[in-house]
Amino acid sequence: MHGLINRAIQSFVGATYGQSCWVRVTEGARLGFVEFEAMLIYDDEMTTRVLEALSIDLNRPQAEILEDLGTYLVSHPNMEGLRRLLRFGGVTYVEFLHSLDDLTDRVRLAVSDLNLPALELRELSAKEYQLCCLPDMPGFSSVMVGVLRAMADDYGALVMLSHEGRQECCEIISIILVESAFSEGRHFDLGARNR
Amino acid sequence: MTHTQEQADLLETLCPMFLLVDRSGCIQQAGPTLQKLRPELPLVGLGVLDVFELIRPRTVTTLPALMSMAGAKLHLRFRDEPRTTLKGLVAPLPESGGAVINLSFGISILDAVRDYALTSADFSGTDLAIELLYLVEAKSAAMEASRSLNLRLQGAMLAAEEQAYTDTLTGLKNRRAMDHLLGHLILANSTFALMHLDLDFFKSVNDRLGHAAGDYVLQQAARIMLEETRGDDTVARVGGDEFVIIFKNLTRVETLESIAGRLIARLNEPMMFQDQPCCISASIGTALSTQFKVPKAADILHAADVALYQAKRDGRSCHRLYSTLIKAQT
Repeated sequence: MHGLINRAIQSFVGATYGQSCWVRVTEGARLGFVEFEAMLIYDDEMTTRVLEALSIDLNRPQAEILEDLGTYLVSHPNMEGLRRLLRFGGVTYVEFLHSLDDLTDRVRLAVSDLNLPALELRELSAKEYQLCCLPDMPGFSSVMVGVLRAMADDYGALVMLSHEGRQECCEIISIILVESAFSEGRHFDLGARNR
Repeated sequence: MTHTQEQADLLETLCPMFLLVDRSGCIQQAGPTLQKLRPELPLVGLGVLDVFELIRPRTVTTLPALMSMAGAKLHLRFRDEPRTTLKGLVAPLPESGGAVINLSFGISILDAVRDYALTSADFSGTDLAIELLYLVEAKSAAMEASRSLNLRLQGAMLAAEEQAYTDTLTGLKNRRAMDHLLGHLILANSTFALMHLDLDFFKSVNDRLGHAAGDYVLQQAARIMLEETRGDDTVARVGGDEFVIIFKNLTRVETLESIAGRLIARLNEPMMFQDQPCCISASIGTALSTQFKVPKAADILHAADVALYQAKRDGRSCHRLYSTLIKAQT
């Protein structure tokens, strides 16, 4: 698993539950180290063990924790850079949803060895969408639920999301757009590079 | 009229940074994004060369010259602040004698989006500007992550190298460090003195009081050697109870004699280890780089060794200079 993903988990746990929780998780997962390096590649096994240890430590199901991770990635001040990259996807929430088709390619443009599962948006109507995640990275669809929810807040859209689980060969997230301009949302400035 | 209106609508959709100029160079119409760059200055009615100056090609300073640049890439700049540079392309309109000039930011886009607070709506749907901005931010973030990894790796490498040059028991330099330094001094043609110091009776301390006592004695001896030398002298432990001290830019025999005398005197004092006195002494042989026409590391070390051997033969706890031995022989 790419170091950036492991590092994201580490950052989320540290910021949400504290460094001591993260240290316990690394011990529970028998990592032998505490810090993941963002630009190195690790065995997938390690990530699996970290998530298992985290689930035991917090006594919460993995899917729930991963949803929170998705929300953290968009809404926490630590992750402002990532939120901005996602906002480049479109001017409105619906445009952003459509840009998810290109997400894996966009990610590869930035970090050539970071492979995320392919996403496909199905437009059932102007208010109803389904996002299909290929299942090559377990838990990815749960993270996406959190990302979609936080991005809706970011755009000021009101949505209802549900994780429909596995259908045929992919994980389905259904998205119902109740109101596209429900609140003001957060400001996005194309040129705000000096944070 | 309808024809012109259609043309203008088309231009606004496809090229939000176009200029429509008539045969006299007067701006008839300006794209919405271009106008957004000068909110206080309506562009329509102004002369195109009064608003912009041409940077490349420099030879183009008149309107006829500009109109003749059909299809060529132009570099322009606003004459007033902020003096944003733009890329441009001239497409003449033969019927009216005017031209359409399409402009874009080129590489100045990063500053432009900030200076003018541009949004996605200011670029045409096919413009790669947003993708470019995305890439710049994504690559900067990725580069930052790589850079911080590089810094940590460099720190780890320096720490590893430092360890590899250090004798872990005494904290002095090790044989490798000494070889390295010696090679360096010779390459740089520096003058220096090299002392080879051997602890007498160290083996008996080790045998009688154990390794812990031996280690203690080595650490105390190392401390004494550091105290009796200057900060830029090099003290290295090159074997069990053998040390080499290199004095850069010091070849004055009297000074060396007096340093050696102090070292021997202090190392002669019994050291107490767990209430047990450990008695050692030191024998020293010294060679000078200046004694060799072409100094070689092996020769200088050998010379110091010969002097040390003489000191041992002369009853230990004394200092001998290689130069004195040579004089005595000849």
